[in-house]
Amino acid sequence: MADLSRDTLRETVIDAILAVAPEADVDALPPGRPWREALEVDSFDFLNILVDLEKRLGVSVPESDYHELVTLEGLLDYLESRLAA
Amino acid sequence: MEILRKRRREAREAVLDDYPSVRARFSWDEARRWLDGLPDEGGLNIAHEAVDRHATGEAGERTAIRWLGKAGARREIRYRELAGLSARFANVLGELGVARGDGVFLLAGRVPELYLAVLGALKHGAVVTPLFSAFGPEPVATRLSLGEGRVLVTTTSLYRRKVAPIRDRLASLAHVLVVRDDDQALPEGTRELGPLLEAAAPDYAIPATDPEQPALLHFTSGTTGTPKGALHVHQAVVAHHATARFALDLRAGDVFWCTADPGWVTGTSYGIIAPLSIGATLVVDEAEFDAERWYRILDEEAVSVWYTAPTAVRMMMKGGPERARTRAYPSLRFIASVGEPLNPQAVHWGVEAFGLPIHDNWWQTETGGIMIANFASMDIRPGAMGKPLPGIEAAVLRHLPDGGVAPVDAPDEEGELALRAGWPSMFRTYLHEEERYRRCFVDGWYLTGDLARRDGEGYFWFVGRADDMIKSAGHLIGPFEVESALMEHPAVAEVGVIGKPDPMIGEVVKAFVALKPGHAPDEALRRELLGFARKRLGPAVAPKEIEIQASLPRTRSGKIMRRLLKARELGLPEGDTSTLEAP
Repeated sequence: MADLSRDTLRETVIDAILAVAPEADVDALPPGRPWREALEVDSFDFLNILVDLEKRLGVSVPESDYHELVTLEGLLDYLESRLAA
Repeated sequence: MEILRKRRREAREAVLDDYPSVRARFSWDEARRWLDGLPDEGGLNIAHEAVDRHATGEAGERTAIRWLGKAGARREIRYRELAGLSARFANVLGELGVARGDGVFLLAGRVPELYLAVLGALKHGAVVTPLFSAFGPEPVATRLSLGEGRVLVTTTSLYRRKVAPIRDRLASLAHVLVVRDDDQALPEGTRELGPLLEAAAPDYAIPATDPEQPALLHFTSGTTGTPKGALHVHQAVVAHHATARFALDLRAGDVFWCTADPGWVTGTSYGIIAPLSIGATLVVDEAEFDAERWYRILDEEAVSVWYTAPTAVRMMMKGGPERARTRAYPSLRFIASVGEPLNPQAVHWGVEAFGLPIHDNWWQTETGGIMIANFASMDIRPGAMGKPLPGIEAAVLRHLPDGGVAPVDAPDEEGELALRAGWPSMFRTYLHEEERYRRCFVDGWYLTGDLARRDGEGYFWFVGRADDMIKSAGHLIGPFEVESALMEHPAVAEVGVIGKPDPMIGEVVKAFVALKPGHAPDEALRRELLGFARKRLGPAVAPKEIEIQASLPRTRSGKIMRRLLKARELGLPEGDTSTLEAP
């Protein structure tokens, strides 16, 4: 999975978000804006998205890293670096 | 599970130092004397007790609210300043022609304006309803209509998303005051709150307030029909104040953090009113739950009393106690939890993580304040909700065939939890639903709808709900409201909604749906329904799971049998199905 392109990774993440919040308009998300708040994803939804991403990518995110997942770009950067490690 | 013993010294230092003797001595009249009342025998007003009486002299310089913004901003609001800000809001209401008894609704995240608006509206004699900002447009519309909201305080982005689409349904809504949280143009039909506050006078003499005057309207869900508006009066503050002292061990000067949002009753009674009435400093965190952030706040803000919820505790437990132990909490003295039964592991986790057990307590929207609690001075039986507060008589009741009730005296027998009516924060009616209100009382007992048992030592234990209500992340959700929203979808023929047990949030809302002919039960439609419900109801109320079935079990009279759906979901025996309609 390490050679996943940024675009594929983005699609995977968006798909995981849409599985939990199908109404989310991810394309309308202003860059740099906290995505959970803008998309109305609550703590429980967020955990389910992470569980789903772990299944898809094999990356489990410890709580101490949650602060790196605030923006969608941050989430992608984080997953990218974990996948490369 | 093992009993957690309290040391004698801990007990002696607690506000409620000896349960039996404090309980025996206590009277609500005594608790009334702990408050000041309005000057010149002017009655009792929540905002005077919470703010104005602490606003002068040295006490006025103390921090009332320490606000922590999502992005790292901080704001300290002293009691003196809070008195001025809330006075300005009361004057704004006056200038708008808002009268005593009019409904003032709030729909906002935990921003400072929310707090000053609640307190200012109470000064003015308006009836205050905070709504949860994670409600979608439908729950907002239902509550604003039922409560005949005249004024709404919200933010520009929440207005655009949740109010603008339903504004034309809100006939009684005359004024929408907004706090700007985006850089778009001010939405049509709203006024910006900031300039209005600035133009208003910073002093306001609270008019005489009858202790029985309505103050707060909190909506709670029902199993059938619309949500119920539980109405509370100004003298509820007598109970807010006394119960926070007894059950939260709260004192003047404490740094108190109630993590509940004011959109739910805990966040108003104990997230605004009670701690201010005591003269504590209230920590308000605007951000959503984040375990690391919470450890930092507990440590760096030197929180001394922390009131939180089992769901949050369980989410923190996931990271292990060592995450908590990366910091020290020398100021932390007491931890309490409410919303749903706290599992014994969570009680003990408190000890591992913070060196303090977590004290569970129990109450509901209708009771207005904590009714049953584990006290600082009392041994904890992990898993139990504790013992009734001083001034509160609780019982386990058996329903009799003639419609009456009888207390169950034998220990460990299950029945309906009931409270002897008449404490100050008891709800006074369900707005416009007197009959529904009356049905909650039998022989002078308020029936809570919760099933419980009492052990031989007098501790109460939660058993379950007596009805189909769902408890998710500590919030009560009515299946009917969820079913009604899904029924609006053109493909849906019938819906049954249940609470599916979940180790993290207690129960998740799960909807079973049967489709109208011509619709295929595929994944695309399932997702569409999920998104449809979330858009209307918001993430706090919408189902987290939807399952499409060929048909749903109904009684012969046509009612969907939620109980049977739940039994099937859990793989339990289906029980009595004699009233089930033949398939």
